[in-house]
Amino acid sequence: MVEFAGYEMPLRYSSIRDEHLAVRTRAGLFDLSHMGEVRLRGQGAQATAQGLVANDVGGLGPGHAVYAVVCNDDAGIVDDVIVYRVEDGYLIVVNASRRAVDLEWMRAHLALGTQLRDESDETALLAVQGPEAVAIVQSVAGLDVAALPTFGSATGVVAGVSCRVSRTGYTGEDGIELYCDAQAAPPLWDALMEAGTPRGMLPVGLGARDTLRLEAGLRLYGQDMDETVDPYSCGLGWTVKLGKGEFVGAGRLRRLDPEHPRRRFIGLALGARQIPRHGMAVLAGAERVGEVTSGGFGFSLGHGIATAYVPPDLPDAPLGVDIRGEAVPARRVPLPFYRRPRPV
Amino acid sequence: MPDLSGYRFTLTHEWVHRDGDAATIGISDHAQAQLGDVIFLDLPSVGAKLTAGERFGTVESVKAASDLYAPVTGTVSAVNEELATTPERVNSSPYEEGWLLRLANVSEGEVALLDEASYLARADE
Repeated sequence: MVEFAGYEMPLRYSSIRDEHLAVRTRAGLFDLSHMGEVRLRGQGAQATAQGLVANDVGGLGPGHAVYAVVCNDDAGIVDDVIVYRVEDGYLIVVNASRRAVDLEWMRAHLALGTQLRDESDETALLAVQGPEAVAIVQSVAGLDVAALPTFGSATGVVAGVSCRVSRTGYTGEDGIELYCDAQAAPPLWDALMEAGTPRGMLPVGLGARDTLRLEAGLRLYGQDMDETVDPYSCGLGWTVKLGKGEFVGAGRLRRLDPEHPRRRFIGLALGARQIPRHGMAVLAGAERVGEVTSGGFGFSLGHGIATAYVPPDLPDAPLGVDIRGEAVPARRVPLPFYRRPRPV
Repeated sequence: MPDLSGYRFTLTHEWVHRDGDAATIGISDHAQAQLGDVIFLDLPSVGAKLTAGERFGTVESVKAASDLYAPVTGTVSAVNEELATTPERVNSSPYEEGWLLRLANVSEGEVALLDEASYLARADE
């Protein structure tokens, strides 16, 4: 068990390798109840949501969601979130480590007529991820889970528990996330384990959650981005919708050149099994040109992988990572490192 | 689990199995369990000299990279080459298939070598 954002969470239930490969080939079950859930309701809810995030949530129909960043006035990233349009407003899912900061930020930026409610403590989140995930959830669900589009969600009953059922995740696989009342999470977990175990599903801890999201090129707040990083530098320009109207940070973002960010967020594939880790130096020859933000072992790939910030004008020279004094050669590769096979 | 009566352990979690003036060394079952999946081992080559108590390599898991310390003094006579491609043998068979090095001309140094029971009693200190 490890401490994570104030929660005691398992690094692994069995083996990080086994858990990682289960998600890639079958399914994995995650307890993500540490994530924060914030509700916006009232006639000002849409204006508040639009003013808080850089992505366009105004056109979202009920049951749809987007990935978005919350920026400060300098375009630094306050958090990365999922914004759901729900029947009576918006549900914003935030990082546990940023919950207190986010709440303060959101309360300072409420449009008139908005009711904000922090539902984090009363809300549990279980995720089933992997090629078998939809079938596993479907087998105990009272709604048509397979009909949900990617980033679509609906309310329904799963194994007797009322849930928001969402086709989202943080692994690079198809999958389902289930938001429910915290009291109902243990029986829901048990029912999902019972349904998933015969299909090879394993419970998955934080270790494999990190290797899975890294392979999938998904950023981790606090490592890959923080309030000093703008979304263009982080490769998240695709989530910035300057045409939608005013939002916090828009003024600064308009003055930045999306094509020429101050830093460039790149992927590095190592030629060896060594593991690059957060904070290690990225080398071009003997020169230090950047720093690893996230690193790990790509269990689906068989070698070490890392993301890093380097200068935007870095020449296309051979790179390396300084791993305990050894310059381990690394190849610059496009993100994501891993893309799931398309269904036939 | 094999018979460990011939194995001696260090408080830095290596084991040594003596056979006359030769020896085999590895890491303990307790150590592999704490590390989790072993991904990479940085080991010396045949001919390298190890000195009891001194660092000779690194074992890396997803969780952390840890230094390896020589339980005895000796010269590397063989390296477990299988571990380059299947380091998980250290997890699945720490005392047999997951051995790290074989040494020749072995002598004991200043390092305390404990039997399994004494080692386990002190392993979590």
